[in-house]
Amino acid sequence: MSRWTWLLVFVLASIPLWVTSLYFLHILITTTIFIIAAMSLNLLLGFTGQLSLGHAAFFGIGAYASALSSLGFEIHLTDDLAIGIGPKPVWLAMLIGLIAAGLCGFAVGKIAFRVRGAYFVIVSISFAEVVRLVAVNWVELTQGPMALNNIPPLTLGVSGVFELSFARKPAYFHLVLAAAAVCYIVIRRLVNSQAGRAMIALRENEPLAASVGIDVTRYLVLASVISAAMAGLAGALYAHYVRIVDPDIFLFIYTVTMVIMVITGGKGTLAGPVVGGVVFGMLPEFLRAFAIAPELQWVLLGALMIVVVFLVPQGIVPAASSWWAHRGRPPAHPEPPVEALP
Amino acid sequence: MTATASGMLRVEDLSIRFGGLMAIENMTFDVREGEVLSLIGPNGAGKTSAFNAITGYLRPARGEIFYRGRRLTGLRPNAIAARGVVRTFQKTSLFGDQSVLDNILIGLHLRSRQHPIAIILGLPSVTADERERKAAAWDILRFMALEARAQESGSALPYGEQRLLEVAIALAARPSLLLLDEPVSGMNPAEKVRFMATLARIRSEGITVLLVEHDMRTVMGVSDRIICLNQGRIIADGSPKEIQSHPEVIRAYLGERARRADG
Amino acid sequence: MAHDLSVADHGPRTLNEFLQHCINALMLGATYALLGIGLTLIFGIMRVVNFTHGELYAYGAYMMYALVMKLAVNFFVALVLATGLGAILGGAVELVLLRKLRSADIDVTMLVMIGAWIMLQNMEQLAWTGVAHAIANPFPADPIVIGPLSVSWNRIFVFAIAILLIAVTYVLVNGTKLGMAMRATFQDRETAALMGVPIQRIHTATFALGSGLAAAAGALLGPIFLVTPTMGDPAAAKAFAIVILGGMGNLLGATLGGFILAFAEEIGVGYISSGYRDAIGFLLIILILLFRPTGLFAQKERIS
Repeated sequence: MSRWTWLLVFVLASIPLWVTSLYFLHILITTTIFIIAAMSLNLLLGFTGQLSLGHAAFFGIGAYASALSSLGFEIHLTDDLAIGIGPKPVWLAMLIGLIAAGLCGFAVGKIAFRVRGAYFVIVSISFAEVVRLVAVNWVELTQGPMALNNIPPLTLGVSGVFELSFARKPAYFHLVLAAAAVCYIVIRRLVNSQAGRAMIALRENEPLAASVGIDVTRYLVLASVISAAMAGLAGALYAHYVRIVDPDIFLFIYTVTMVIMVITGGKGTLAGPVVGGVVFGMLPEFLRAFAIAPELQWVLLGALMIVVVFLVPQGIVPAASSWWAHRGRPPAHPEPPVEALP
Repeated sequence: MTATASGMLRVEDLSIRFGGLMAIENMTFDVREGEVLSLIGPNGAGKTSAFNAITGYLRPARGEIFYRGRRLTGLRPNAIAARGVVRTFQKTSLFGDQSVLDNILIGLHLRSRQHPIAIILGLPSVTADERERKAAAWDILRFMALEARAQESGSALPYGEQRLLEVAIALAARPSLLLLDEPVSGMNPAEKVRFMATLARIRSEGITVLLVEHDMRTVMGVSDRIICLNQGRIIADGSPKEIQSHPEVIRAYLGERARRADG
Repeated sequence: MAHDLSVADHGPRTLNEFLQHCINALMLGATYALLGIGLTLIFGIMRVVNFTHGELYAYGAYMMYALVMKLAVNFFVALVLATGLGAILGGAVELVLLRKLRSADIDVTMLVMIGAWIMLQNMEQLAWTGVAHAIANPFPADPIVIGPLSVSWNRIFVFAIAILLIAVTYVLVNGTKLGMAMRATFQDRETAALMGVPIQRIHTATFALGSGLAAAAGALLGPIFLVTPTMGDPAAAKAFAIVILGGMGNLLGATLGGFILAFAEEIGVGYISSGYRDAIGFLLIILILLFRPTGLFAQKERIS
């Protein structure tokens, strides 16, 4: 890794030292969690070109699966037959959350990619809504609108020897920062590999991709699985941070937030969801400083989204890097896009 | 039913229907190993439909297609490509926003076996495979004389070079049978000459070529054998010289010209 | 719902329940069909994934509320006005946002429509607060009772007007010059343009018409249910389900689809569970798109 990367890592990791406001730290934590979700959506939407508008479903499934695994649950299939599991350590619960979301991504991918284009968008939205309604109504499992609470925080360690607790904000910030870094690296590796190229190929020209041997369904499903698992991880991180989860986590508005982050940041780029996440994670806070009603905030966000899509349809990162590449210089050789982060 | 010894590609009794119209009816022909075979015929004769059926983009109403003795009918396009049958498209078809080099890298898909887990873990086998792939891509670029364009965006190339890039992408998939759909349409004479030379080089690599083309000079210049279609049926099959003087062929083309003249 | 008949077995009572569900479904189905027709024009024919359709529905209801409850306008006049205002809003959305995007990617269009949806819904919430509002209606409160079944006057009125509007739309699209121009534009834009059809205006008019129908549906249902800022969301979902059910662009199919959805909901709610009512529309979408993406009636009359 280059010098600049190390510097960036150092600066980010040191944030809890010089950011004293716990509230601001809270904002950073939630923003980072959303950035992970946005990066996962970018894999499906940006690189593979599938406009999936049900992503909050995977986020929420990860959150619920992790929370339920850490609390333990029991459901009665019939009057006599009940299944359940006892409470699991949080790190295992998070893993379960990730896997559960990934499995759903697999199922959804296999089924949903039979339809394409606008129909796929609608199927993805419908899927998320069905999941939400199940979460609201299957009270025995999810507590419905009364929410799952008292979700345990993450602690790692060997009992009696040492214990590392992530209940406090600074520690949790490091946790989510590390998770985000790992996810970023995973996506970068994927994009620069055979699999990533296959995904891009089927985004750009599906018949041509098939003609050179790319199994379209296989790569759509792969993108769906990885994307869902990563979103599930973000959901699990969220659940053990706020420690309360209710069906609102599946609301379409959260999917929309992720979509806004990806598109305005620059879909199909590595840095895009990060930039978009920072902008739209912090923007509501910035607006709050002006004591604006939440509805007005959303109106402004909606307007901003429209403006960005009109003015810079390719997103902030590509527009910025193309401006940076051509400033002062006559456009001789069109260069391949430069990533903001290595 | 198995293929005969002579046919590398065997099309048997192929029939394709569009709505109520028979685009192709009972078409049977062979492509022999190592030859350059051209399909010609007036517009609407069914040439591209035949391509689409052979390469899995279209489901035939009837008939079978065999390649080296194994059935192709019913397979998906990517499975057919994996067997060694690769096609180009009539309309310019590239991964437009990607660089020329990336276009070729994508075309090399079948040559790698990177497992998703290995990719995510960043194992050295993946890095090694990537290196090999890049090397192979440069080889192909040199073969097609496109190295100078490597970093340019595919859609930024002049038209003639775009069509060459299409062929390069198809070659990257390591075909033993290459299907070219109107490869020189829209090219100027100089580009056509360059293409014919490229085709000769492809042929000397041992690749069999099935060609659909309207440009008669190119067809006569490169083909070992020509099959002429009209209204979904084969009306002639022979060497360029035989086809040139074949009465049915002349009638088919004259007929079309007369139809066009009547408007 | 059903009168209690003193009969020995459960037969007639369950039959009466069933018939009552059917009547309810009929009433509801007409409005769903109205919603679906509007979106058929926009999504089925224009192929715009119109995320604002639900908001136009809500807008129609809010306008009814404002006109009837705040400005004391006559109920029936208000209906007409609310529909007209909806058409104007729809036309404005098309003019301002969609016109520039005519040649853009589908994702870009969808995102802009999502942005417009967020803005509209939150502006509605700002203006009217999240409190549910009721709209007074001029119909007698007592329902008509026929044997064991009952129907309220309000609902009969809604049914009648919805059917009327559907018929009018059908005639408009199939029997008038405007309708012909619409069909020409969306089947083959270039040829239509060459023939002198004012493409841009047809786009705006079609979108306005579809939006007006959505607003009409909202204006009709507002007095029956309550008016809330989020009422548009389930409505939009159902509208999409109906368009897909009916086979994109198929007006007759969408009409039937509306009734089918209403029946499915009523049966589901009556005999399974009421919490999942809204899920039925979504499940239908998923099932249809997976197993019969052309819709149930695609072979019949198609516009596009």
